[in-house]
Amino acid sequence: MAESIIKTEGLSYVYSAGTPYEHRAIDDINIDIEKGSFVGLIGHTGSGKSTLIQHLNGLIKPTAGKVYVGGEDIWENPKDIRKFRFKVGLVFQYPEHQLFEETVYKDIAFGPKNMGLSENDINRRVREAAKHTGLTEEYLEKSPFELSGGEKRRVAIAGVLAMQPEVLILDEPTAGLDPKGREFILSEIKTYHERTGATIILVSHSMEDVARFASHVLIMNHSKVAMYGETREVFKRVDELCEMGLEVPQISRVFAKLREKGIDVPESVLTVAEAKEAVLKLLEKGGEANA
Amino acid sequence: MAKKSFIEANSISFSYPSYDGVIPPLVLDGVSVSVDEREFVAVLGHNGSGKSTLAKHFNAILVPTEGNVSVSGISTAEEAKLFEIRQEVGMVFQNPDNQIVATIIEEDVAFALENLGVPPMEIRERVDDALKKVEMYDYRLHSPNQLSGGQKQRIAIAGIVAMRPKCVVLDEPTAMLDPRGRREVMKTIRQLNKELGITVIIITHYMDEAAMCDRVVVVDDGKVIMDSTPREVFGSVELIKERGLDVPQVTELCYELKKEGFDLPECVLDEDECVAALEKLLKGGENNG
Repeated sequence: MAESIIKTEGLSYVYSAGTPYEHRAIDDINIDIEKGSFVGLIGHTGSGKSTLIQHLNGLIKPTAGKVYVGGEDIWENPKDIRKFRFKVGLVFQYPEHQLFEETVYKDIAFGPKNMGLSENDINRRVREAAKHTGLTEEYLEKSPFELSGGEKRRVAIAGVLAMQPEVLILDEPTAGLDPKGREFILSEIKTYHERTGATIILVSHSMEDVARFASHVLIMNHSKVAMYGETREVFKRVDELCEMGLEVPQISRVFAKLREKGIDVPESVLTVAEAKEAVLKLLEKGGEANA
Repeated sequence: MAKKSFIEANSISFSYPSYDGVIPPLVLDGVSVSVDEREFVAVLGHNGSGKSTLAKHFNAILVPTEGNVSVSGISTAEEAKLFEIRQEVGMVFQNPDNQIVATIIEEDVAFALENLGVPPMEIRERVDDALKKVEMYDYRLHSPNQLSGGQKQRIAIAGIVAMRPKCVVLDEPTAMLDPRGRREVMKTIRQLNKELGITVIIITHYMDEAAMCDRVVVVDDGKVIMDSTPREVFGSVELIKERGLDVPQVTELCYELKKEGFDLPECVLDEDECVAALEKLLKGGENNG
């Protein structure tokens, strides 16, 4: 088994405990995420995804249970919690709302500065992070408020990348973007993943995107982990996913229906490219039989 | 003279006001488009293409710098007729949280009617009716902050429906919702069109939503580059992709297979069509063997 980077044991969190609004947002979560994996985190609104990710870098202190990052219990010494916030970077939903500095440069530099890095290091990291998110030199001296929504979002993501976290968690980074913008952000995340070997946790409602990028999928339902495993294995369970009100990729649904009709297509097809290959293979077989 | 359409935009151009002496670029550049009553139209385009700006011309939130827009024959440039136009064409925006003003749901739905001076008895009737139509009547006395995104968006739609408009323009109404919320909202929007006969213009990034409409208008760089049925528009896979847009997965798969020389229908739009087409293709092969 590969090295574990994030592990939880019996993790639970209760909002407004002891009041009539008491709500158990996550309930007995036991997960073990391998270092270097790319995890898609899926669940509909209210399933506990956001509460879970805020535990992973210590923004929320669990009601019960433990969180380990790189084998260390993050709450063992609460004074050290900052250390884990630098290790586990969190990009919130609509992160562009959190920009506040006078220039793009300063905004991206905010994290590294707080880490106590030297001016030189900060400068290098800001430029690298900007490059990673497709922001050219000329952007750095602009005010973030002059930029378009998509550009602002890139600045916000660059701000987290500049801290070079070992684990990068993104909460719906593509919400509200057009297909081109979505593709750009996702491919940048993928490049970061491949280049640095960082572990990625991507919260998304788009099964298509998760299918294309994630090595593993974690499904949350009613405050619990409903499934966790390799992407292909999870997406085989089309019926269960639909029952939870989730959506599997359109193409996976088509192939599930073809199987029902007795056509011998592969059990889990996730992308258009795979689908095409599967159909061509089948037709080829038919062709050979003809010959 | 030919009968005028319900909404008509005649070669309109628009640019936002200049500041610092910089002349801003044209956001809309000679756009002509018309929408008939009871139509269900999707407007597609990437961010910055001008599609939201175009939508804001349909109920006089913006008026064109050049050209003109008319709603039921009234020019949107006639300021004295603004109320009339906005009662005919209502608008729903992307973020449900920005559109809710009251602390009780039924009060929120009544807000516009109160402003229009509708008599109290009639307000009661119209609010109940609108809430039933979006299937949120049971929640009428709840507070909006306890609702899901999809429910909030349906409340926003109810607020418009209560005004009894002829047309609803929705600017990416599902962009901030999860799949369940998206389904709820799309179902509601279809009902408005199919059952109540309300004209619907929906701006969206979701190709499967556009595929459900009667007609798709594609905006790129301030111009209308396509305006046809979903089947025609999504049939042009290459062109759509070139413009930074996408086609539904099933459309792409069948297109790719057709390119390889297999016998498939011209443009496949939904799952069932795709299953049927592939079944025929694959079973046909087996029978031959």
